[in-house]
Amino acid sequence: MAATETDITIEDVNNEETRSSFIEEYVPIAKDGLWNNNAVFAQMLGLCPLLAVSNTVINALGLGIATMMVLIISNMSVSLIRNIVRPEIRLPVFVVIIASAVTAIELVIHAWFHELYLVLGIFIPLIVTNCAIIARAEAFASKNTLGKSFFDGFMMGLGFTLVLVALGSLREIIGMGTLFSNAHIMFGDGMQWLTIEVFPGYDGFLLAILPPGAFIGLAFLLAARNYINKKQENKKREQKPQDLNLEASAV
Amino acid sequence: MKAGILRNMMMSAVLLAIFSGLGTALVIATFEVTKEQIEASEKANLLKKLNNIIPSDSYNNNLLDNKLIVPVSAQLGKKEPTTIYQAWNDKTPVAVAFSVISHDGYSGDIKLLIAIKASGDISGVRVINHKETPGLGDKIEQTKDDWILSFNGKNLLIPSRQKWKVKKDGGVFDQFTGATITPRAVVTAVYKALDYYKYNEKKLFLDQAEYDKQYKTTIQ
Repeated sequence: MAATETDITIEDVNNEETRSSFIEEYVPIAKDGLWNNNAVFAQMLGLCPLLAVSNTVINALGLGIATMMVLIISNMSVSLIRNIVRPEIRLPVFVVIIASAVTAIELVIHAWFHELYLVLGIFIPLIVTNCAIIARAEAFASKNTLGKSFFDGFMMGLGFTLVLVALGSLREIIGMGTLFSNAHIMFGDGMQWLTIEVFPGYDGFLLAILPPGAFIGLAFLLAARNYINKKQENKKREQKPQDLNLEASAV
Repeated sequence: MKAGILRNMMMSAVLLAIFSGLGTALVIATFEVTKEQIEASEKANLLKKLNNIIPSDSYNNNLLDNKLIVPVSAQLGKKEPTTIYQAWNDKTPVAVAFSVISHDGYSGDIKLLIAIKASGDISGVRVINHKETPGLGDKIEQTKDDWILSFNGKNLLIPSRQKWKVKKDGGVFDQFTGATITPRAVVTAVYKALDYYKYNEKKLFLDQAEYDKQYKTTIQ
């Protein structure tokens, strides 16, 4: 079943006539994942790992990518079985899928990114409890095709990762005056040059690294997002009255 | 009607069982694939830590194989047996390394790895695990500060017993601005480890079989 679905999607892409509808279907998914319905910004889900692991960029990136992998795997599996699973047992089945995926990914990180595993510790298994994942399984993947579910998992994961990295950069720069410290735990020993001292000789601002810094940083990010959204709304509103005026003068 | 419900329940149960089976199979498969790599990574990581405090060119045995497990010791702050890693250069003992736990930290236990040369001098100390305040107490980490290197070359006699303290208590070791409890805990734990080494010096370079023969039987 999966094969035929993907085949159709590929044909769709090649077909000139349906190309616009393909874009129409996939662009909103990307927009939803990255901005409009972002797991953190709009749904406020998965805050526990977000706040705990965002003290440096590398930690944030590690957890973000792990979460993205879980989202992709769980979305694709749920989409594949969406016609087989009965509604009354769908949630336990989703939980089993997510838990297995997380455990598998934990083992992989443990094996090949040992130091990253030591830093992230308990927060890798805790991805299971990230509501964003079961929310996507239930709200999207259980109703959509394999291709779309994959894309949704990728975009939702990317949106989550970007917010994590943004918060991580903010906290690391303000807290320690560096960026990408401990880069070697993710990219290997050869990548230590990646660490940037943004403010050499900076003593650090403790609050940013401590848990309250996570809440304050997130609050600033949310405020920035709300500000941008409001500006866009105002623009739309300004355009509308003009239309009305035109209509009025026409009458 | 009743048969219908029963059939439904059976179907659900079977489906659930199948998916649990599939999930377990995935985990088992990943475990099998990653097992060796995980073991290798952990060994490499441990060896890297040990080589930080025992220079790798000072010994020529396999550090991870020449180990001795000694019973629980309150002096090392442990509730579990301690593993002693022995460094040998051919037949000459070079150093031992073992972990120590301090319960006197500002928040939670501080786990240290300490290496002591056969001469009784400290070869190196590193913090493996701690929950001290970021920015204050975490200067005990080598990545944050060079403070932990100030133990290198010290022994039970240099400095004297009264000076094995932080400066605030009249000793020779620096404390940190805003954090005295953390370095005090580390200094005390290192001193206890040296003391432990001195009283067990002869035992710690034995191999496991010999050690068990000489000491385990006498305890029981």
